[in-house]
Amino acid sequence: MRAVIRIAAWLYAIAVYGFIFLPVVVLVLFSLQATSFPIPPFTGPSLRWYQAVLSDARLTSALVNSLLVAVLSSLASVTLGFLSAWGFARFVLPGSAVLRGLITLPLTVSYLIIGMGLLVLFNWAGVPKSLLAAGIGHVVINLPLCFAIIYSQMGDHQINIERAARDLGAPEWKVLLMITVPVMAPAIFAGFFLSMTFSWDEFVISFLLTRFETTLPVEIWNLLRSGLNPKTNAVGSLVFAVSIVLVVFFELTLLRRKPA
Amino acid sequence: MTFTGHNGRALPWALVTPALAWTLLFFVLPFVAMGLSSLTAHEGDGFTLANYSQFFTDSSYWRAMVNSLEVTAIVTVISILLAYPFAWILAEMVPERWQRLALMLAVLPFWTSYVVRSYSWLLVLAQNGVINRALTGIGLTAEPLQLANTRFATVTGFVHFFVMLLTLTIFANLKQLSPSYRKAAADLGAGPVRTFLHVVLPLTLPGIMVGAFLTFVLCIGDYITPQILGGNNELVMPQLVMMQIGRRGDFPLASALSIILMAVVTVAYLACARWLKIERA
Repeated sequence: MRAVIRIAAWLYAIAVYGFIFLPVVVLVLFSLQATSFPIPPFTGPSLRWYQAVLSDARLTSALVNSLLVAVLSSLASVTLGFLSAWGFARFVLPGSAVLRGLITLPLTVSYLIIGMGLLVLFNWAGVPKSLLAAGIGHVVINLPLCFAIIYSQMGDHQINIERAARDLGAPEWKVLLMITVPVMAPAIFAGFFLSMTFSWDEFVISFLLTRFETTLPVEIWNLLRSGLNPKTNAVGSLVFAVSIVLVVFFELTLLRRKPA
Repeated sequence: MTFTGHNGRALPWALVTPALAWTLLFFVLPFVAMGLSSLTAHEGDGFTLANYSQFFTDSSYWRAMVNSLEVTAIVTVISILLAYPFAWILAEMVPERWQRLALMLAVLPFWTSYVVRSYSWLLVLAQNGVINRALTGIGLTAEPLQLANTRFATVTGFVHFFVMLLTLTIFANLKQLSPSYRKAAADLGAGPVRTFLHVVLPLTLPGIMVGAFLTFVLCIGDYITPQILGGNNELVMPQLVMMQIGRRGDFPLASALSIILMAVVTVAYLACARWLKIERA
């Protein structure tokens, strides 16, 4: 009886893994197929569609745009998040709990609604659709995340180091740059890389707020209008590869985190 | 432990003001703008409740909300039922040293582009896709099945995403559970089934509810998966919102629909928060 349950459990686990990996395996497999349709039967490997993607100016410039928006918006998110986390963790502020709640509030609202709100506001204010507008939206969704991660990692042991530095005569900016930033580096990196993965993959806000120059997910969306297309498979596989690299960085920074 | 720096009160405000200003300017203000916009007519001046009354009187709009709620409910239930045993197997049957790897593998496809992940389900479910080729190949069906552009496809795409998410949250919950609870139950003579039903399940219920709430919020607000996999046969709320903007440029109506959608999520949040509080008391 126990053996039967064990076998059933393993079969179940394998089935769920199969379900989870099925679309990804199909995606990568048919990105390597030379024929014009990404459908079975699989007819041998070819890098033809990867070449097609890399020589497609629209896709490569969208890729550069995506990286640019991801890096800059993540830098902004992590900077604003870090400064506010430090401020809230180290100083007594009136209404602190309410203000912290305000900063984390966007986490509970769907991206579609955040994008819609910005679209209406920018439309009224006469701000044109652009990568900058989309980047502003990306900071709105990633700032609460960076704040929450960094704030949760601000422990008491860091306060003593900061106080020691102050007692030795360091001015506030020196304490911040030479003590707090290095001590908090793992949380800061974790916030940065997590923001990168979210911004890099974000679609709805970019779709609503950009027009001519746009990000990769939006370009992929445009590709989808032409139906099943092996180029989409190739570009999808490339996006997957980049995301995995970001996730590995994220894992490494989180794993190096010192216990608080 | 907190203290006031040499610079008195100026420094802390200088630290938190940029983040607060950003949130006010690009999150609160847009929301206010959306609220005001929802009270105006697409063409014309003055304030009106027409956009809201349109939602409550036009049955096709109602239908979208019903579809949204139905799809979200189905996805939430199936995802929990699939993810719980899987998370349990990972937590209980996989040797400790392999658990991290097993979990990382289980959430690996999380990191494919969200748009691409929905598209890859299309490759699997299309008329000439992997499943239909396999079914006709082994002679189970003569004609390919209509799998794409259906509610089935939307639900499959969503469940794929949320099984990964819920596996993470439920796994974390199961690992936090002290083994002594189960030992105590066993010592008192409970079998594995009773231990699970009366000890493990109730103790992991708050975690499941948090996961379910997360699934609800992300699922009901998502545009990509229903649009790619469900097609336009059966609209859900986010599709309706995007349609007002894309095809008709009707910002006021889109704003009103967004606010109604947000109200539904808020109600769910309040219901969940209350339930969780009762659970903890």
